[in-house]
Amino acid sequence: MGASQTRSENQYQDLMDKTGFSLEQIKNLHKRFQQLSGNEDTISRENLETIPALANNPIRKQIIEAFFDKRNQHQNEVGSLEEIGFEQFLMVMSHFRPPTLKTTEEEREAMRKEKLRFLFNMHDTDNDGTITLVEYRKVVEELLSKSGAIGQEAAKAIADAAMLEVASTNVPHMEPDDFYEGITFEHFEQILKGLEMETRMHIRFLDVDTTTMRCGKSTS
Amino acid sequence: MPSRTGSRSPAGLVKSLPERGLLLLMVLVLLEGTVLTLGAASSPDINHQENLGNDQEANKVTNHTKKAFPVLSLDYHHIQTPFEISLWVLLASLMKLGFHLIPRLSGIVPESCLLIVVGLLVGGLIKLAGENVPPVLDSRLFFLCLLPPIILDAGYFLPIRPFMENLGTILMFAVVGTLWNAFFIGGLLYAVCQIQPANPSDLHTLELLPCLLFGSIISAVDPVAVLAVFEEIHINELLHILVFGESLLNDAVTVVLYHLFEEYAGVGTVTVMDGFLGVISFLVVALGGVLVGAIYGILAAFTSRFTSHTRVIEPLFVFVYSYMAYLSAEMFHLSGIMALIACGAVMRPYVEANISHKSHTTIKYFLKMWSSVSETLIFIFLGVATVDGPHSWNWTFVTVTVILCLVARVIGVVGLTYIINKFRIVKLTTKDQFIVAYGGLRGAIAFSLGFLLDKDQFPMRKMFLTAIITVIFFTVFVQGMTIKPLVELLAVKKKQEAKRSINEEIHTQFLDHLLTGIEDICGHYGHHHWKDKLNRFNKKYVKKCLIAGERSKEPQLIAFYHKMEMKQAIELVESGGGVKLPSAVPSTVSMQNIQPKKIPPAKSVERALPQLPKGREEEIRKILRSNLQKTRQRLRSYNRHTLVVDPYEDGLGDLLLKKQKMIELEKKIKEMSNYLTVPAAPPDSPTMCRARLASDPQAYSVKPANDSVPTIQVDLASPQSPDSVNVMDEFRRANQEEEDQGLMMRPPHGQSGPNKSGEADGTRDQQKLMRCLSDPGPSADEEEDEPFLP
Repeated sequence: MGASQTRSENQYQDLMDKTGFSLEQIKNLHKRFQQLSGNEDTISRENLETIPALANNPIRKQIIEAFFDKRNQHQNEVGSLEEIGFEQFLMVMSHFRPPTLKTTEEEREAMRKEKLRFLFNMHDTDNDGTITLVEYRKVVEELLSKSGAIGQEAAKAIADAAMLEVASTNVPHMEPDDFYEGITFEHFEQILKGLEMETRMHIRFLDVDTTTMRCGKSTS
Repeated sequence: MPSRTGSRSPAGLVKSLPERGLLLLMVLVLLEGTVLTLGAASSPDINHQENLGNDQEANKVTNHTKKAFPVLSLDYHHIQTPFEISLWVLLASLMKLGFHLIPRLSGIVPESCLLIVVGLLVGGLIKLAGENVPPVLDSRLFFLCLLPPIILDAGYFLPIRPFMENLGTILMFAVVGTLWNAFFIGGLLYAVCQIQPANPSDLHTLELLPCLLFGSIISAVDPVAVLAVFEEIHINELLHILVFGESLLNDAVTVVLYHLFEEYAGVGTVTVMDGFLGVISFLVVALGGVLVGAIYGILAAFTSRFTSHTRVIEPLFVFVYSYMAYLSAEMFHLSGIMALIACGAVMRPYVEANISHKSHTTIKYFLKMWSSVSETLIFIFLGVATVDGPHSWNWTFVTVTVILCLVARVIGVVGLTYIINKFRIVKLTTKDQFIVAYGGLRGAIAFSLGFLLDKDQFPMRKMFLTAIITVIFFTVFVQGMTIKPLVELLAVKKKQEAKRSINEEIHTQFLDHLLTGIEDICGHYGHHHWKDKLNRFNKKYVKKCLIAGERSKEPQLIAFYHKMEMKQAIELVESGGGVKLPSAVPSTVSMQNIQPKKIPPAKSVERALPQLPKGREEEIRKILRSNLQKTRQRLRSYNRHTLVVDPYEDGLGDLLLKKQKMIELEKKIKEMSNYLTVPAAPPDSPTMCRARLASDPQAYSVKPANDSVPTIQVDLASPQSPDSVNVMDEFRRANQEEEDQGLMMRPPHGQSGPNKSGEADGTRDQQKLMRCLSDPGPSADEEEDEPFLP
């Protein structure tokens, strides 16, 4: 028992270095992982789809898919996995860490890029490096998917308008015959720079970095 | 908060120095006239009574002698009160006008300071004229008439999203901070008052409880002063909402403390039981106020559901319900301010979905107008009341009060921030703390509360009032004037002026759902989870009850998009259609640039492009042009009772109908051209026919310059768009029948699908437009872009 504990602690240390979580947070997340996977070592898509609370979420497919996307593992691979282990689970979760008072300006910048990259990967489903009009339309359609027929009609118009806005902001002068291929990552960053992603895209639970702040809600 | 003064450059108005001088002279003359009239008017009614008495006697004696019929007579007393009120309001407005004609002055000194100085002048003049200064800052007048418009304006336009996100912080500052201030100031004042045993002075008679009462009066940050000063410095949203939110929510604390200490100051002791009851009372006051406000807000929202036939009185409901919420809360000694805020915030999303665009503009303008006048009057009255007295200057007391206020505020803010930062994601930096501490201005509410004190129960009342006025003057003048240069010096982040774009809106929504989903996966019921639940509850039940018709089912993203569309349509019509719309980034990008091009198929055969007969094209162009012109030239007739049938709006309705017809026409063309295609088109190419883009209002509005139907022109004229030959209707993709048909003309069928949606669009559009425009108001206002439900 002792040996496996030190082994897991070593593992945890490793994970802590890679993902930046604290030991407490990793332990909590590990418990949740065990819950989701039914005490197995890996989670598959079905495990995540059975979470009841997710049923009402209009973009649940994209969220679940993001967990299995290799691009979010920071290992420069592409494609998708069938099952993920705890380490991969943590890697995806690490995108939702908030900045602390000690985070420097550069670290914040890197964090913002990372989070924007996560969002970009969620939209760019065919992994060609750009979000095309079709993909963007799909995003808006999914967002409005719970709103019935009204949503579907307007989704196209909204996506077109949004795409037009991206194009006008980033490439102001296009000839009538030029074609705007799609939103590249740089353009994506440009249009969302007003949103301050590093402070908005975080989960409060992961902000727990003092051991006194034991979140009892984490295991439910 | 958008500037309530709404000043545009007066450069064009009064250019030369002599003109300015003349205007100022006029203002001063009016001032003089005002003062003298007021002075004369405010002489007590005793004179009037005497005169009346004399007259009656004279009448009795002389009623048999006939006097000449009075052709012209003066009867000032008949109209005295309304006349005086109007005169004061006129004075306030002229002052406001005057200040903005002197741009340099209004840049250095905040308006509130200038207004207090004016008040001092007026008060001084009245005193010099030998008359009694009217008791203008009467507490009843202040609390029932002057304060509510300002608070309602603040509450109705409260940015809900940042407010809710920072609610914990705001409550901490408001509740704990105010309590700390009150006890610190009160306690230390008492200590200071007691420390000179050698020279017995008046101060020794000051008990602890009156001191604490004084502390609680002086400790509350004043929303009026904060609004007046912060509005001009355009600070970033977070700091603004923190200080402003605090000033609004500390009303409950102030009310409870005030009543508690006032109640027991006579008795002399406060027991633990009383303290406990005080805590309970606080909860009752705060939550009760919010509840009363919410109830009235829901009533207002519900009423607005049925106002589609009487648009004229829609704004009235908003105002009356809010005022009644305030009065009802005050009736039970609950927090009236919180009731007003709750009422405004609760009713706004639903009311705005129900009322017409004009009513929305009316509400906005009326609220701004009333709150602006109110604020001006409050500051002027503060000046007048200062001159009036009664004063009792005590160096020790006053200076100690001022110093203690500053010290207490700084310690309070720093201490609380230390605790709060443990719980916040976006931590408050030292700069933020400094601004929050420095922005703790006191104002007229403190003075009015002091004025309310009973003279007999509180013999030191005069001293209190003097001290309160000194603190107010200090904070408004010193802190108010220096905060702007300090903000520049410290390079505090300013407010971002950028408009909210559709992309940001999409991603805000996306983020909300994403974070809720991640929280669910983590199994953590964080605030995203609860917010999502609240939103779903709202969508499912509440919106159905409170919003009329179709709009109850409209998702927020679509609502936002429609708002944008509407704005662009308004801009298009206003500009007459012949001018290219000025956009934020002038760009030549249009819909065609983003539509995916298809790779020309290997076997492409030269086909004659189906030409729209020249006559048809010309006809369409003529119709559109004439409609746009007609819209401009129509008389804007005004009819109080039938706003809906405004011919101006009709014109737009017609325009939309024409547009709709044009869309249908193009669809017909396109369907015809479908059958001239080469069968080798790959079936899964999602090429959208460029002509269909006419249905996108974006396309329509972005390219009005060509004064023609842009889409048709592009489609037909460009030779290098072979895919216009292979147009495939997405709706028909499912039917694989049209392949391999070669050259065949089939009667267009299956049009019901696209046409129905088109018509539904048309009628909906028309309905939408029927509710909007003639006065789009200031277009760059941020409230316009606030989503209905955050």
